[in-house]
Amino acid sequence: MAIWVIADKCTGCGLCVKACPYGAMQVQDKLAALGPRCTQCGACLEACKFEALGSDLADEPRPDLSGYRGVWVFCEVQDGALARVSLELLGQGARLAAELGQTLATVLLGEDVEGLVPELAAQGADRVYLAQDAGLAAYSTLAYTRVLSELIATHRPNILLLGATPLGRDLAPRLSRRLDLGLTADCTELAIDPVDGGLWQTRPAFGGNVMATIVTPTARPQMATVRPGVMALGPRRDGAQAEVVRHPVRLEPGDLLVRLLASQAQGQRPVDLGAARVIVAGGRGCGGPQGMELLAQLAQALGGELGGTRVAVEEGWLGQARQIGQTGVTVRPDLYIACGISGAIQHRAGCLGARYIVAINRDRRAPIFSVADYALAGDMFKIVPAMLAALKGAA
Amino acid sequence: MPGQPDSPLCVAVLVKQVPDSAEIKMDPRTGTLIREGVPAVMNPDDRLGLETALALKDSLGALVTALSMGPIQAVDVLSEALAMGADRGVLLSDRNFAGADTWATSFTLGRALERLMSQGPLDLVICGRQASDGDTAQIGPQVAEHLGWPQVTYVERLEVEGRELRAWRRLPGLVQKVLCPLPAVVTVLATPQAPRWPLVDRLLWACREAAPLEVWDAADIEAPAARTGLKGSLTRVVKTFSPKGQRVTQWLEGTAAEQSQALLAELRGHKLI
Repeated sequence: MAIWVIADKCTGCGLCVKACPYGAMQVQDKLAALGPRCTQCGACLEACKFEALGSDLADEPRPDLSGYRGVWVFCEVQDGALARVSLELLGQGARLAAELGQTLATVLLGEDVEGLVPELAAQGADRVYLAQDAGLAAYSTLAYTRVLSELIATHRPNILLLGATPLGRDLAPRLSRRLDLGLTADCTELAIDPVDGGLWQTRPAFGGNVMATIVTPTARPQMATVRPGVMALGPRRDGAQAEVVRHPVRLEPGDLLVRLLASQAQGQRPVDLGAARVIVAGGRGCGGPQGMELLAQLAQALGGELGGTRVAVEEGWLGQARQIGQTGVTVRPDLYIACGISGAIQHRAGCLGARYIVAINRDRRAPIFSVADYALAGDMFKIVPAMLAALKGAA
Repeated sequence: MPGQPDSPLCVAVLVKQVPDSAEIKMDPRTGTLIREGVPAVMNPDDRLGLETALALKDSLGALVTALSMGPIQAVDVLSEALAMGADRGVLLSDRNFAGADTWATSFTLGRALERLMSQGPLDLVICGRQASDGDTAQIGPQVAEHLGWPQVTYVERLEVEGRELRAWRRLPGLVQKVLCPLPAVVTVLATPQAPRWPLVDRLLWACREAAPLEVWDAADIEAPAARTGLKGSLTRVVKTFSPKGQRVTQWLEGTAAEQSQALLAELRGHKLI
């Protein structure tokens, strides 16, 4: 199994160098050359416009996958209601199903959850696979894996989507190994390959510095977890009906090995910037704890978390757990608002994975602006209070 | 054997060598990543996993084996693990393992754990929550399924008593306390104590030829080529692209009030607030 360069056809154009996610490809003496870092991922094969790369990677036989039909969404239930991410997945699942000409189904597990069926139908589900049992009242990895794997083996869906929540990220990999399925974590985009109908699963890689599109060529269903907050809700179909398919549940003692002893809500929630959707971050320009307090108010008003640079942490304006960048955490929120941050390379590396970056800084030449979607040259002590006032007025 | 009162708890810790995210530099002109010369370090979450295991060594006399998969240079993280206090290091390295997705990686790690179990007891496998270069958080649960053991993810504190473990799981806004029988797989996202530093004298010992470090290849763990590396992977990367190529900086000008209004309008337009 290998990739090689066909010297007669290679023009040394360097497209493969750009495409290589591992930095393994170089142009030497006007010819592409593979280095030892090559993992044979095949990204270069796709990029070459001159058929100058040979490989025996694509020679695997493809099994007949036509028997796998339908888009499934795993429904996450929180405190008796559907998690928002499940509704987002239904919106996205409906779009994928329509493109494929297949149905959209949801999988609903719990003890007494049948009352959620009308809402699922209104959100676009054509069918609901319903499994109810006292053993499913609270999420447990092994019990849920058993029921889901039975349902998949029986009904053979084409695509299965789960939210990239703590629950989804606990369940999906377990299921993928039980059924020998490929799994792509934390997708931010999903699309259908117009040629073969496969699912293009796009996710951030290398700390958000590169986006990678991933496919599952041989196994069905194609499984992906999707980040909350990324997919748009579909149109509501009030009064729509969904077919209910009941699945008999027979759990075994081995499925209930892990026992929940206690569950305690945290008044003082531990900081987890990695999961935050909105982050307001401050740097040297905050000037002190008062500046940071101002940003904390903005973070709160936006339902986000407060973070900062190494300087802010070293000055004692902020706890270590909130440091972003070098020796801190790498974050990829939907919205990152950098205030009074010049944007040293070490800090930028920690926040580049954000979907949108807003920078507020007095110095128009600050490097942070080079990675910003929205650049506001000005005084954060004037702009942030103006934002707070406008947000209050809107509420 | 496990279950007998005098036998030590046997723990395997999975550690991965990753590029040091703190040392990643960017080309200031193009905004692209410079990968040349980026040092490799132990994945931060795996360091927490190792600390969790070493705390069990302190309190219960657990025997700790650090297990890694990667190119031969990845032996460095195992030397570091020995210097922190691990008793043994095993590196899985083989040309066939390269390019593995999480399915193939968990298969390879699973086979290695089975080989460990053919040599002696194994009661607990500890992993970091996720690797900083992939962020999938899939290996822990997939290894658990390979072994057929229960899993406890997102653990911030762990106690072992007899043949059971108690774990505190940190979830958003919530801490769950769970009871799980051994053997089990645990993934760790925090520790009560900060991870210990490697000791210099242990580091010198770990770098000697006689150090308890082994390298296993595909034949050693009887892993068929069709189930490891890129060939055994069920997913394929078909395209990579730079997200920053899409970032076009838009300057919002005017007074502070005008700038803030313009920004909030843009953010609402993108449904960010």
